[in-house]
Amino acid sequence: MTPEVGHFALALALALALVQSTVPIMGAAHGNLLWMRSARLLSIGQVIFASVAFGALMQAFIVSDFTVRNVAENSHSLKPLLYKIAGTWGSHEGSLLLWVLILTVFGAGVSLFGRNIPEATKARVLSVQAWISVGFFSFLLLTSNPFDRLFPPPADGNDLNPLLQDVGLALHPPLLYFGYVGFSIVFSFAVAALLEGRIDVVWARWVRPWTLAAWVSLTAGIALGSWWAYYELGWGGWWFWDPVENVSFMPWLLGTALLHSAIVTEKRDAFKSWTILLAILTFSLSLLGTFIVRSGLLTSVHAFSVDPERGLYILMLLALSIGGSLLLYAWRAPSMEAGGLFKPISREAGLLMNNLFLAAATGIVLFGTLYPLFLEAVTGEKISVGPPFFNSSFVPMMLPLVFVLGLGPFLSWKRADLAGVFSRLKFVGLLCVIATLIFAYLTNGGPVLAYVSLLLAFWLAFTTCREWMLRIRLFDVSFSDALRRARNLPRAAHGMSLAHLGVAFLMFGIIGSSAWKSEEVVFVKPGSSIAIAGFDVSFQGVNRVRGPNYIADRGILVVERDGQYVTTLYPERRSYPVARSSTTESAIRSTLAGDLYASIAEPAAEQEGTTGAWTLRILYEPLVNFIWIGSLMLVLGGCLSLTDRRLRVGAPKQAKLPPNVAAAE
Amino acid sequence: MTRFLALVPLLLAVVIGGFFLWGLNPERDPNEIPSVLISQAAPDFSLEPIPGVAVPGFAREDLLNNDKPVVVNVFASWCVPCRAEHSVLTNLVEREGIRLFGINYKDKAEDAARWLAELGNPYERIGADTNGRTGIEWGISGVPETFIVGGDGTVLYRYVGPVVGDVAIAKFRAALTQAGVLGTGAS
Repeated sequence: MTPEVGHFALALALALALVQSTVPIMGAAHGNLLWMRSARLLSIGQVIFASVAFGALMQAFIVSDFTVRNVAENSHSLKPLLYKIAGTWGSHEGSLLLWVLILTVFGAGVSLFGRNIPEATKARVLSVQAWISVGFFSFLLLTSNPFDRLFPPPADGNDLNPLLQDVGLALHPPLLYFGYVGFSIVFSFAVAALLEGRIDVVWARWVRPWTLAAWVSLTAGIALGSWWAYYELGWGGWWFWDPVENVSFMPWLLGTALLHSAIVTEKRDAFKSWTILLAILTFSLSLLGTFIVRSGLLTSVHAFSVDPERGLYILMLLALSIGGSLLLYAWRAPSMEAGGLFKPISREAGLLMNNLFLAAATGIVLFGTLYPLFLEAVTGEKISVGPPFFNSSFVPMMLPLVFVLGLGPFLSWKRADLAGVFSRLKFVGLLCVIATLIFAYLTNGGPVLAYVSLLLAFWLAFTTCREWMLRIRLFDVSFSDALRRARNLPRAAHGMSLAHLGVAFLMFGIIGSSAWKSEEVVFVKPGSSIAIAGFDVSFQGVNRVRGPNYIADRGILVVERDGQYVTTLYPERRSYPVARSSTTESAIRSTLAGDLYASIAEPAAEQEGTTGAWTLRILYEPLVNFIWIGSLMLVLGGCLSLTDRRLRVGAPKQAKLPPNVAAAE
Repeated sequence: MTRFLALVPLLLAVVIGGFFLWGLNPERDPNEIPSVLISQAAPDFSLEPIPGVAVPGFAREDLLNNDKPVVVNVFASWCVPCRAEHSVLTNLVEREGIRLFGINYKDKAEDAARWLAELGNPYERIGADTNGRTGIEWGISGVPETFIVGGDGTVLYRYVGPVVGDVAIAKFRAALTQAGVLGTGAS
């Protein structure tokens, strides 16, 4: 019964979305307040029915109702409860249901919390949001009904891929979707502004909290996915430039650009049509990601089961939403008047540089991701584009960006004094060089690019700290005075400093783990020993252990350093009899200085003399934990900025924004 | 100028969309790696027999001038799936009368002989590919792999991995039927 309730709720949600897509916007056109206000109830109704549908599916997973095809294919009665629940969004249909649920959550969010938005604008925004809802609800109902019944029901389910039986899966997709889909509301704001033909400072302020919320979730989602691949999948790396990773990274890059360009629109009334374009493109790239993951267009390690019919339907949705909005943009954008003027050396110019580099980097990732498709279409040749392309084209885009990132906050709006800024940063520059030299002495050799990147990472870290110190005048005034200034500083300013520092930390992690990584893959027999990065690892043998739904071979590795016992690592090779597949559980000794990472594979006996030996893979990844710390700082910085007084919903307007200290100097 | 610039994103999107539309062609499988051997003559090789095994060695000449297509199986005693596959192949030989040739890939003679003594030897001929050279010529990606070779020495079909389990066996039998080794409707 419950699945039918869910199915029916989906249909009702579609009906509400259809009404919401037309009535409020017509109300806005004719000045009918009642029609405009209907959006409020409709959007709340949508979120309720979408939740009912999602709840119904989740219930089917929890009770293992194998009459529902989706449950039979993606669950198993022996699976731990947490993974049964997570299985709700593990399949194509379920994850799409989550997708539309989040879509409706953001729509309802605007109608509930957007009290300061004029009725007409809100009505337009919510109607545009409902257009997207209509597209995806109908997609679900027509091509991917999650509530399809199966007769006769199988005795038991097909298990979820054991690779996906991990806490990472329980959290990674929902966060990622919150980010992806969160940009939909920004898109709706942009399209509404184009329809209305007006965009101004307040528009940018309405959009900011939604952009930030989406960006924070996307950052957390990507970081968690990367962390998951690194710790759980045993791939021995945290980023692979796989198409599916790239399609989540592109909206992030462009969303970051949007976050910064919207600041210029908010503070200086400039970059208007650019901000609108970024808002449209960011969500377009999210849609593109949804399309690529579900259409089987590109080869990837993680993709859903492929169905060309579904691909065609999403492509049609893409053509309507992206094509339609860009057409609207081409028609309306040229008539938008340019706002505040600025000199080539100014905060605005700095942010423009930031945007150009981020947009170019997005273009590179997009090109690299789609190039195999282009080439195959034109010449029929099949290739894949891997890390060498991305590393050699993406990194040069990021390094100048980081330089500007350190400098930007020191520049004042409209016109800045570059020579003055540099003379104030002399000491900081010297510190960067010294820090890099110390690091060079400690590492004792490495690629030049790594040292250049390191210099820039130090630059970003130190300038960010310096700028924050200048704002609160630490050491200039008494400590309690500085503390008071820090309290009075808008939270967005603290958020910015924290996030920028996070980027520096992220860089330390990336540089350390890519330039100074050591890796050994060897055949070992009990008693053999390997030396890596100063550690001596000896292989003691393998035990067979039994888990809830798997059997594992557990290797025992004793790690020593300079003759001193450090730790014992237990990497596992698990095999899941029901799913007939196996996974690698790596063992990691994690410290701030670096991770020692071990995984084992079946006895290899392809060559003479290796009969009965295990394949052991050992990696040392220096500084890799800085990646997660940096990502966390980015997320926390974004959250801090989100709680800023001027964005807080319902907070009375302040008479005057606290003066921007750095800019005023 | 501004008007044209504002059109650029749309134009780019349309071009990319066109490629997507092409890419959705249901005939296209981005994961497929085409095998170069299909419809080509089997590679040239000549392998000695395994010492201590009663059947003769195996060379390319043995694949020419057969009146029916034959099956070539690459196996090794150290390969665990081969053990499971062995009974399937034996069945096909004993019940369906297919002709089966073996390439013993990177194996030790005594191990291979013990393995065949233990499980039985369904192979008509076995070549000992001690250094793995012939395996490379056949382009195998692992062990086991099984080929169907036409009477004139043309490679007709390649199966990667063990022919074990209902799905795999059905698939392989279908290929045998198509090659004309098995009669239609034979069970």
